[in-house]
Amino acid sequence: MPNWFTLADWFTADEWRAVALSLRVSLWATVLSLPLGTYVAHVLARREFWGKQLLNGLVHLPLILPPVVTGYLLLLAFGRKGFIGQYLDQWFGLVLAFKWSGAVLAAAVMAFPLMVRAIRQAFEAVDPKLEQTAGTLGASPLWVFVTVTLPLILPGIIAGAVLCFAKAMGEFGATITFVSNIPGQTQTLPSAIYTFLQVPGGDPQAFRLVLVSIAVAMFALILSELLSRAVARRIAGR
Amino acid sequence: MSLTVALDHRFPGFTLEVNFTAPPGLTALFGKSGSGKTSVINAVAGILRPDQGRITSGEITLLDTAHAINLPPHRRRLGYVFQDARLFPHLTVRQNLNYGRWFSPKTKGPNFDDIVVLLGLNALLARRPQALSGGEKSRVAIGRALLSNPALLLMDEPFAALDEARKAELLPYIEALRDHTQIPILYVSHALAEVARLATTLVVLDQGRILRAGSAADLLSDPDLAPALGLRDAGATLTGTLIAQDADGLSQLQSAGGPIWLPTIAANLGTTLRIRIAAQDVILSRTRPEGLSALNILQATISEIRLSDDGALIQLAVGSEHMLARITARSAKALSLSPGQPIFAIVKSVAVAQTDVGTR
Repeated sequence: MPNWFTLADWFTADEWRAVALSLRVSLWATVLSLPLGTYVAHVLARREFWGKQLLNGLVHLPLILPPVVTGYLLLLAFGRKGFIGQYLDQWFGLVLAFKWSGAVLAAAVMAFPLMVRAIRQAFEAVDPKLEQTAGTLGASPLWVFVTVTLPLILPGIIAGAVLCFAKAMGEFGATITFVSNIPGQTQTLPSAIYTFLQVPGGDPQAFRLVLVSIAVAMFALILSELLSRAVARRIAGR
Repeated sequence: MSLTVALDHRFPGFTLEVNFTAPPGLTALFGKSGSGKTSVINAVAGILRPDQGRITSGEITLLDTAHAINLPPHRRRLGYVFQDARLFPHLTVRQNLNYGRWFSPKTKGPNFDDIVVLLGLNALLARRPQALSGGEKSRVAIGRALLSNPALLLMDEPFAALDEARKAELLPYIEALRDHTQIPILYVSHALAEVARLATTLVVLDQGRILRAGSAADLLSDPDLAPALGLRDAGATLTGTLIAQDADGLSQLQSAGGPIWLPTIAANLGTTLRIRIAAQDVILSRTRPEGLSALNILQATISEIRLSDDGALIQLAVGSEHMLARITARSAKALSLSPGQPIFAIVKSVAVAQTDVGTR
């Protein structure tokens, strides 16, 4: 009879390394892109400016482009000789390509559109008149954001974060292109599945990871849906 | 402390051009929808930036386009009560009321408990806005604006969404604000009866321009202005002092034109009241009539006659005040009315609605 509480009964060391790496990559990708994602969502929801459509397109590009293209572009930009990567290396000693930190970047870029979309919808559901009213009561724009907008959209921000996390867990194409598939370093959960499927007899191992993927994705979708409804409820004041 | 407003703003197909002063007391911006009332109040609030203009509140310049001064709304120290109460849905009534206090200057503002009592909010404090009725929301919105310790109060048809009974309940609160605070109140309305009851100063807007501005009592009794205000609603205000509560359900007031009896008014004896009398409810008589059911027969002198296709509008001097009577041209001719003539104005007690009587 298996001991249900020991991971070793569920996963082999290789499998667990992949799952743990994916969890770490996804967490960092989510945490790091949340401030920028919130800001971009706010800008897209509330401001009118020249080039808004361009920004909107840029944000959504990773959703449409073949992931391998996104990964290749990341390699061009952030590779050790890339036009950004060379300065990161020179000034900060930071190398992203073929490192787990690169996987964070790839996951963040790929998940960014989903996060922005969810948060943007939450912003759009808030009546600007409420924010205006807070202004007439003496609140500066920053305070309006902190005391009115943010509390109203908080569930939306969490929903965006959850979606981002789930998408990051599943990111494959851009990641494998940008940081390759090095066990223990850049072999994330989807990369591991891919690897197992290349090996004769690897199917059962792959299948356990497939189940993990499905569980994470399903949980995230349901949670983000519930949170989006919470935004609507909060705004209606129920 | 008073508010001065001079604005010039071009909307597509509409030009707003106004210039007026709002002294302490309540200044009503009156006009049809689309006349620019809300734009004026939004410009004062800093929500609308006019092409050109200068707005000062007491010593403070809120806007001066010539000198590139434009204070953002949160630095204008104003309380704005919107048509829809706009309470914050994520906060309780108490938190809503306190919202503006976080940001108001630390000088002594109105006391929280006083405002709660004044507006009757005690039982509501722990509730969420969702659980409030329309009238309760309006009261909370007014309280929230007052507690932000404003130097200026803006009200954009705060009762537009309420039924008559609710409105009648809230009008005394506005009167109390007008009479017991030194804050100028700018009040947007398209309901003349409300304006007659509340306003000390009246600014009549028409298609983005000021038709007339001045003392509310003067403008409301001006027969030349009455067609623009709406003939059916036209009517002036008289003041009277409550001197007796009669046993048969009538209250007696002393006015410059003689005693006036009205259905019971809940106020203390000695209170000075403002009574709006609609022009079309006034009957004129050359001699003191007898055997008449109408109780109120006021002595007056004709001060102005305006004849038009719509009939005759007669302005009557009652002591130092004026009232307005609307009769047909035929009656005016039959009575051969002329300025300077003494005349009796007859008003049925029941023609004056409860909401037409307010404090001065």
